[in-house]
Amino acid sequence: MTIAAPRRFTGGRRIDISQLIVWAIGGILLAIVLLGSILTLRAGHYTAAQWRDFVVFGIAQGAIYALIALGYTMVYGVLRMINFAHGEVFMSGAMTTFFLADYLNRSGFLKAHPWISLVAMLLFSGLVSMTVAVLVERIAYRPLRGAPRLVPLITAVGASFFLQYTFRGLFGSGVRAYPAIPVLQGKLWVFQKTQVAVFIGVLITLALLVLFLQRTRAGLAIRAVAEDREAAALMGVDVDRAIVTTFAVGGFMAGIAGVLYALVFVQVQFFMGFLPGIKAFTAAVLGGIGNLPGAAVGGLVLGVIESIGPSLFFDGYGIRAAHQLKDVIAFTILVLILIFRPTGLLGERLGGEERV
Amino acid sequence: MRRPIRSFTVLLLVLAFVLAACQRAQPTPTSAPAAQPSPTPAAAASPTPAAQPTPQAQVTKPTDPIGVLEIKPGEPIVLAWMLTVSGGTAQLGEDSKRGIEIAIEDLGGELLGHKIELVGEDSGCNPEGGQAAATRLAANPRIVAIIGSSCSSEARVGAPIIDQAGLVMVSPSNTAPDLTDPAKHVEGYLRVAHNDKVQGRVAAEFVVNKLGLKRVATIHDGSLYAEQLANVFAENVQKLGGTVVAQEAVSPEDTDMRPVLTRIATQQPELIYYPIFNPAGSYITLQAKEISGLENVKLMSADGLLEPQTVQNAGQAAVGLYLSGPDLTVLGPKYQEFVQKYQQKYGTKPVAGFHAHAYDATMMIVEAIKKVAVQAPDGTLYIPRKALRDALYQTKNFPGLTGNLTCDQYGDCADPKIAVYEVFSTDTTGWPDSAIRKIYP
Repeated sequence: MTIAAPRRFTGGRRIDISQLIVWAIGGILLAIVLLGSILTLRAGHYTAAQWRDFVVFGIAQGAIYALIALGYTMVYGVLRMINFAHGEVFMSGAMTTFFLADYLNRSGFLKAHPWISLVAMLLFSGLVSMTVAVLVERIAYRPLRGAPRLVPLITAVGASFFLQYTFRGLFGSGVRAYPAIPVLQGKLWVFQKTQVAVFIGVLITLALLVLFLQRTRAGLAIRAVAEDREAAALMGVDVDRAIVTTFAVGGFMAGIAGVLYALVFVQVQFFMGFLPGIKAFTAAVLGGIGNLPGAAVGGLVLGVIESIGPSLFFDGYGIRAAHQLKDVIAFTILVLILIFRPTGLLGERLGGEERV
Repeated sequence: MRRPIRSFTVLLLVLAFVLAACQRAQPTPTSAPAAQPSPTPAAAASPTPAAQPTPQAQVTKPTDPIGVLEIKPGEPIVLAWMLTVSGGTAQLGEDSKRGIEIAIEDLGGELLGHKIELVGEDSGCNPEGGQAAATRLAANPRIVAIIGSSCSSEARVGAPIIDQAGLVMVSPSNTAPDLTDPAKHVEGYLRVAHNDKVQGRVAAEFVVNKLGLKRVATIHDGSLYAEQLANVFAENVQKLGGTVVAQEAVSPEDTDMRPVLTRIATQQPELIYYPIFNPAGSYITLQAKEISGLENVKLMSADGLLEPQTVQNAGQAAVGLYLSGPDLTVLGPKYQEFVQKYQQKYGTKPVAGFHAHAYDATMMIVEAIKKVAVQAPDGTLYIPRKALRDALYQTKNFPGLTGNLTCDQYGDCADPKIAVYEVFSTDTTGWPDSAIRKIYP
């Protein structure tokens, strides 16, 4: 929070024109959103149950964004770089696990022991994604550790394409359908069981992550490196190892997110990582990049806004096919938050500041 | 310690890129227009409909306003495909590609003493892919004609490029009315697939007259094909006395359709019509029945989803789904023969709806080439490009697998037969018969 203020010295307290314009734009957008919401609510097309459904769908989608966003935010915390290949790490776990799931399904094991199968799939996917993440770090990032900031960004994009098309080459470009898990079919009260499973899965993973970072030596090393890399190295922390651990943990969570995604959406393909990757990155910025709870909150907020936004903001204006504007809404909210809270919802956690 | 490893990795990467580049590169074609042939003087110029002999009587090379393709003895006649063979729509394009391959096989791989060579570009079922593929094909001076594209949006941007380059394309599966709209049609574009003005009408008749449903909702994905088909459908439903209660749109990359379906649920439709592609189409099929208020809604889509993947991906949720598309059941014995060849060659029954159209497109092009090509005595073949286009437009009662094809001045050549199918089983091993059956007309 204290980061933004002292950066600009415009001489005294003069009001900056560009700042004023930005605030005006923000104000107009906010007014449009508020007016639209009021009009929609007054029109009353939707029942309370439908609003609740929107929120539930949003939370299920947002929980997956959150899990991927954690990987972005952790890497940003230790390396100050955006790992744009992270979406593909997510994809690689989900794609590879398809074959395990398919095998389990065919052998009948999935029906007989659904929970064991599910855990096996989650672990397998996590391990695959972890391996991919670590390899990407080793090959594409570590040799460029001392290079200017833009350079690893470019290799990240390169690694992303490399992974996409490697998977396309290995597994084909078609869409593959995950087998349905019988125990997760149907509804639990008003929720789809798969959505409940996703939410619980994300919560458990988050809890484990916090435990790992707070209670283990490796977690301590990661936190130390995130705080100040040079100082940590001087204190005897193995920086390279801490960074690899970060990628491994981030990759593992992306792998888990991959399977959870496949539970809800059933279909996987080589390109599936791109959009969730971009959205998760948005979520990380939304919550305040470098901030772990921020990434989780950002993911949930983004998911809910995407789900509820088109109906809430635009129905009142009578705009047709408003659902198409979903991405516009998501990114407009990002702009608004960056205008009014440049450090994200919960504030950036960068070096020099206290970590949780 | 570290240096050698790093330089080794770099070396590997460089090698990988070089290899990748080599694989992509095509042999540079011999620049055809530059080399003047030396035809034997004894030869008499064989006249063709649009080609006039040049002033010197001995030269048999025809002239043509947009160029003459010259194929030397031993050089192949190059046909190209521009289809979507990757991503969610891969089955659609792959199926058409197989139709072309079978057509070439039926010709014995030869035409007028030259081998037929087939090249192609993936067009990805989106405007960007269509533009890229068309640009690459337009840059290849050896191509005689193109069979493609798969999706209407590819042709919207691709056809003008092909047209500008002097080439001609015949699409096996573009159905958007826009492409042969008098105001927007380009000369280098024809199609043997039905115009969606027909498909949308048949679908609407089925819904209102056969099913007796009056309240419908439509969803398109912003693509030319989907948007226009959804609109034609909506117009026809209204004409027949039904109501269109919601017209929504998603984007092709969307995976979570629940919000948009919930929006639709507020209007209580009896049927949702979503003429889009996979995977988005399967997501709607999968998620629609989960929405409260849509438990009993009927689902209907069109030829974009008429492929096994629709059923494979959506599983049990796909049962009961209606799909409109080309009616392959009324086609004659020639089509049955074709299907057998298909099965022998690829080990599966046709996987989408436009293999026969692709076969017809290829054969129509071959017919036109035969009509206009001029053979020099030394075996060099000249194909005047404008004359080739004209010959295609003059196609009349051409006996194809899909019916008798007659092209109008805007490039519509189809003999449209539309049927509505119902998915009754999730078993796709014997596609189409094991999973879908025709229920209308």
